[in-house]
Amino acid sequence: MRRVQAEIKKVQERLKEAAWEAREKPGAYGDDFDPAVFINDHSELNGRERELSAKLREVALLSGFDPEEKQRSASYLQKDADVLYEKVTGLYDGQVEIMSIERALEEYDWLWDYWWKTVDVDADKFTAYTELYQKGGYFIRILPGAKVELPIQSCLMMSEQEGSQRVHNIVIAEEGSSAEIVSGCTTVPQVETGMHLGVTEFYVKKGAHLSFTMVHNWAENFYVRPRTGVLLEEDASFINNYILLKPVKSLQTNPRAILKGRRSRARFNSIIHGRAGSILDLGSVLELIGEETRGEAISRAAADDQAQVLMRGKLLAYSNSAQARLECKGMLLSEEARMQAIPELEVIKAPRADLNHEAAVGPISREAIEYLMTRGLTEEEATSLIIQGFMKVGIDGLPEILEKMVDEMAKSISEGGL
Amino acid sequence: MLTVEKLSVKAGERLILDEVSLTIPAGETHILMGPNGSGKSTLLRVIMGLGDLEVVSGRIIFQGRDVTKLPIDERARLGIGLAMQHSPSLPEVTLKGLAQVLGDRYKNDWRSLATALNCDYLLERGLNDRFSGGESKRAELLQLLIQRPQLLLVDEPESGVDLVNIAVVGKALHQLLKQGKIKDREHSGLVITHTGHILNYLNADQGYVMINGKLVCEGNPRDLFEEISKHGFEGCVACAECKRR
Repeated sequence: MRRVQAEIKKVQERLKEAAWEAREKPGAYGDDFDPAVFINDHSELNGRERELSAKLREVALLSGFDPEEKQRSASYLQKDADVLYEKVTGLYDGQVEIMSIERALEEYDWLWDYWWKTVDVDADKFTAYTELYQKGGYFIRILPGAKVELPIQSCLMMSEQEGSQRVHNIVIAEEGSSAEIVSGCTTVPQVETGMHLGVTEFYVKKGAHLSFTMVHNWAENFYVRPRTGVLLEEDASFINNYILLKPVKSLQTNPRAILKGRRSRARFNSIIHGRAGSILDLGSVLELIGEETRGEAISRAAADDQAQVLMRGKLLAYSNSAQARLECKGMLLSEEARMQAIPELEVIKAPRADLNHEAAVGPISREAIEYLMTRGLTEEEATSLIIQGFMKVGIDGLPEILEKMVDEMAKSISEGGL
Repeated sequence: MLTVEKLSVKAGERLILDEVSLTIPAGETHILMGPNGSGKSTLLRVIMGLGDLEVVSGRIIFQGRDVTKLPIDERARLGIGLAMQHSPSLPEVTLKGLAQVLGDRYKNDWRSLATALNCDYLLERGLNDRFSGGESKRAELLQLLIQRPQLLLVDEPESGVDLVNIAVVGKALHQLLKQGKIKDREHSGLVITHTGHILNYLNADQGYVMINGKLVCEGNPRDLFEEISKHGFEGCVACAECKRR
């Protein structure tokens, strides 16, 4: 036991050292800023609060978290650095584990084998800061063979002005298991600025299926740098749905899925509405290593106001029998908005791999709006129908909560006029 | 139903329609013929209120109301419907999505209409997105059958459609214009045709020939079509007896 502890200590030291070395390394993409500005005493783990007030419950609901835990199999909620929920509902005891990452690391020595394995600790200063100042994050494990029908929910909430969250999450879907996670990140209305750094590592084991839906709901002056890695074993499948509909100052993320196992599959669906002065740099990377791997990365983005939206996508094939598709489509809703799509395809010693992409950026066609108006739809209704469809067409199996969010968003855009 | 009074229309600096006048009484279907670029489609589009067209003079009266300056959607809700020659592609909007919206609005059973028009397999697809000519026309007619306009404007229903689909299109137009018993006829139509095939499916009451933005001739649509088939539109221009009465 002592030897194990000594080994863990060594690992920790090594990671801290690498992080310290990288603490000033800018991100590969996105605008640069200094994370140190948001490191202060407020965001220490203080255990002051144990319950959500009525107001905060409403905030949680907006990001898809149901505080009543109805129709949910397990729940995790962290406000700033305090863990308020870490609970599995009775029926799913023995099928799902959910707890703070600190507790999980204490309980399971083996968890260190999953710590910083799909994301490099020294990738940039944001991963470095997460390691150096990490407080909380969730550990979710779906046990072997468990078929968890009700969604697991998590929420990372921020309530402190100029504060920050630096979380490290680990999700393990054990062999043959299947589950859906709905995860929300949100701020309370009075918070105007702050920073969120979140490292999330997914391990989808042999034959497991994991669907992960992430709703981002930040404040207008927020800085956000999620870092995500997904490792898929044989016959594993992973679906990532990402939705961002609220303004945020600066958000850059480029999750990477490593399809190592034969016949593993991964799909990234992103729905983005860039608003106000948001600077968004969003992408995904699919590394198709195993034989007969399949990947899809589909983004739909609408850029409004003065928003700058950059959509990336990268497919890398190492296997001749790999197939993957990339689709970035953007709609410009204002004269001042900027949008860029950068699809990348790369084949490495696999000449028969099949990769393709489609990218398009443009305004809503006036002709299309007028066509719908000839059927009696008002200009607002026609615009809303087009935006709604644009955001959803091509994205299969969108969870109901996201469908509703997109519909409301389309309605609000068209009401505001173009 | 519809009166167009001395309507002149410009697109940019170019005069497209030059003092066009016509009247379509309730229950009547009129046919518009003319060479390419003569202004036929523009007339239909300006009645619907589409595009960047400037009405320089004249009026459009629909059911006693001056609609010349009304927005497109208001004209549609008053009862004007348009079937375009080439509908734009809307990959974002599925045919089903639009049919549902229209079905709710106009209280019509869109599902049975879709089946009758053999549109079921198109429902989940983006509107006119890689549709064939026939598919596009059937999808358009489905929308119009749900909408049930009082005045139907149809731009070349035969264009890009094979013979089998012309029959489907013809029957649907017949249904839209309620051309069953004469006494029941209330719906009116203005239909552009090049080939005349559609005349086999419609009881057309009146025909016009448009050349260079002017209506130069009118009369029995079948007689007009026969003349044009024999002598071309040049014959119309030359025909001294074909002055508008």
